[in-house]
Amino acid sequence: MKKLHIALMALVLLFLVVMPTFAKNYGIHMFTTWLVFIIATMGLNLTVGYAGQKSLGHAAFFGIGAYTVALFLKFGMSFWLALPVAAVNCFVVGMLVGWPALRVQTIYLAFATLGFNTAMWLVMRNEEWLTGGTFGMNNIARPSIGSLSLDGNLAYYYLVLCFTLVMGLLLWGLLRSPWGKAFTALRDNPIRAESLGVDTRRYTLLSFAIGAVYAGIAGGLYASQVQFIDPALFTVGASIMMYLMVVVGGPGYFLGPVLGSAVGVVLPEWLRFAQAWYLFVFGTAVVLLMIWLPDGLLSLPDRLRARRQSRMASAARTRQAMLQGEKA
Amino acid sequence: MSASVLKVAGLKKSYGAIQAVGGVSFEVMPGEIFGVIGPNGSGKTTLFNSMLGQITPDAGSIELKGRNVTGLGPLELSRRGVGRTFQTLQVFGKMSVRDNLIVAAQEHRGSMFSRMFAPGDSGLGERADALIDRFRIRHVAHLKAGELSYGQQKLVDIAMAFMAEPDLVLLDEPCAGVNPSLVGGISTLLKDLNRNPASGRQSSFVVIEHNMDFVMDLCHRIMVMVEGRVLAIGTPAEIRANKEVLDAYLGN
Repeated sequence: MKKLHIALMALVLLFLVVMPTFAKNYGIHMFTTWLVFIIATMGLNLTVGYAGQKSLGHAAFFGIGAYTVALFLKFGMSFWLALPVAAVNCFVVGMLVGWPALRVQTIYLAFATLGFNTAMWLVMRNEEWLTGGTFGMNNIARPSIGSLSLDGNLAYYYLVLCFTLVMGLLLWGLLRSPWGKAFTALRDNPIRAESLGVDTRRYTLLSFAIGAVYAGIAGGLYASQVQFIDPALFTVGASIMMYLMVVVGGPGYFLGPVLGSAVGVVLPEWLRFAQAWYLFVFGTAVVLLMIWLPDGLLSLPDRLRARRQSRMASAARTRQAMLQGEKA
Repeated sequence: MSASVLKVAGLKKSYGAIQAVGGVSFEVMPGEIFGVIGPNGSGKTTLFNSMLGQITPDAGSIELKGRNVTGLGPLELSRRGVGRTFQTLQVFGKMSVRDNLIVAAQEHRGSMFSRMFAPGDSGLGERADALIDRFRIRHVAHLKAGELSYGQQKLVDIAMAFMAEPDLVLLDEPCAGVNPSLVGGISTLLKDLNRNPASGRQSSFVVIEHNMDFVMDLCHRIMVMVEGRVLAIGTPAEIRANKEVLDAYLGN
């Protein structure tokens, strides 16, 4: 299983490095968007998939990151300063948004975060002096590294790829450390976790804050990628879409967001031929997936393994029963 | 007489007009297995929940190794060396059995910050493996805890309570729902853990249990509760011979 995991990751990596060189501008744009959403949903996967905190406000953090970078660049400051600031902003706001999670859970928490998302969206839309209101902010520049310009779409793609890999490795390290177990314990059984000395309050807040940092960095990268942002990108609908990506890919599976984002970003493009029927097809596919694989696409191997095990166990029971029958 | 591990004095808790626990006092000595029995509604669970920080008592005090811990929450109690099991199954279903054990002690090591960079098993692998062998769950150690049978999960649940090398372990109906053949196994295990603790540091146990044979066989001393009060405290032999206890509880 472990070898398979590594082989799978190597394959995905090779694909991500090589494929865009064959793609046209629009293709590169799609690939970049995919990566941006991988970063964002990796964070949401930590909050929702590993720590079990139902958050429907992730797009707000994505927006905070995007507007932070856009505003910094507007005032002539460096992208490389803007991105860390976006991350810190999101960390702090993430902590605050995690607060309700200490009191309410499940659907109630989802609504609390949804309310936060709506409030943030209203700020983005109404505070025209700062955010440009519904007209949004345009001419967001792309960064450069020293004399190396990242203006080109392919160059920027590789920058985002680097971020995806680094953020992915950091998360992998975190999840393999005792923190990963603490988050999972919090998700599986918070009462038991607390009785074992797991500080569930802190881990809850941190799961929100760290998840928010991922969304913030993704949002910042996205602002520079599309060079124009407006509040419509950061609605509750966008949060639900990100949640869907996590659920479809497989919450609590490390590579879930890679697959989930592909479904959320790339699949709609493939379904363009369906035009007005696109959402119908997409919606139906999601409904069917939730019926057959409620734990997401990546739960398929586990499912098959569990099925094989139960088949083997039942065969063993039958054999046992027959042996006993012979003895009798 | 050596100082007690747990000292409960004058504990009271009422729910509205109903007094669930009305002035209960007892002490648990180092290495002692202390049983709490009584009919339904006698206040055992309220007593237990007070000792575990689940509810705050109205009056009275709880001392752990001479330090007042009245009103402290489950998290603080865990840090001060109290392990517990639950009446219903409480394992982490999607983690492996081994990881269940590791997470049961990892938060007792280092600071939160240092744990971010600690190895995945927090250096607790050996301790977990030792308990896995003692509990004879080696063959399922790699499986997700949620996939195990009820009895196996119960064993994992009990093993978790011992991972952090606690001074005091509170066992809430360890035999509830367990098939009779395993009850003996759990009793043997607990006696063994009491006599030969993994760390050389002896734990005291407090056990709530309805299975009378189990309690009489396992416990050094037993407290009988009736209607929120202590009816008697004594060795199993003394409890069996106590007329009041026979009338109130054991008689039938």
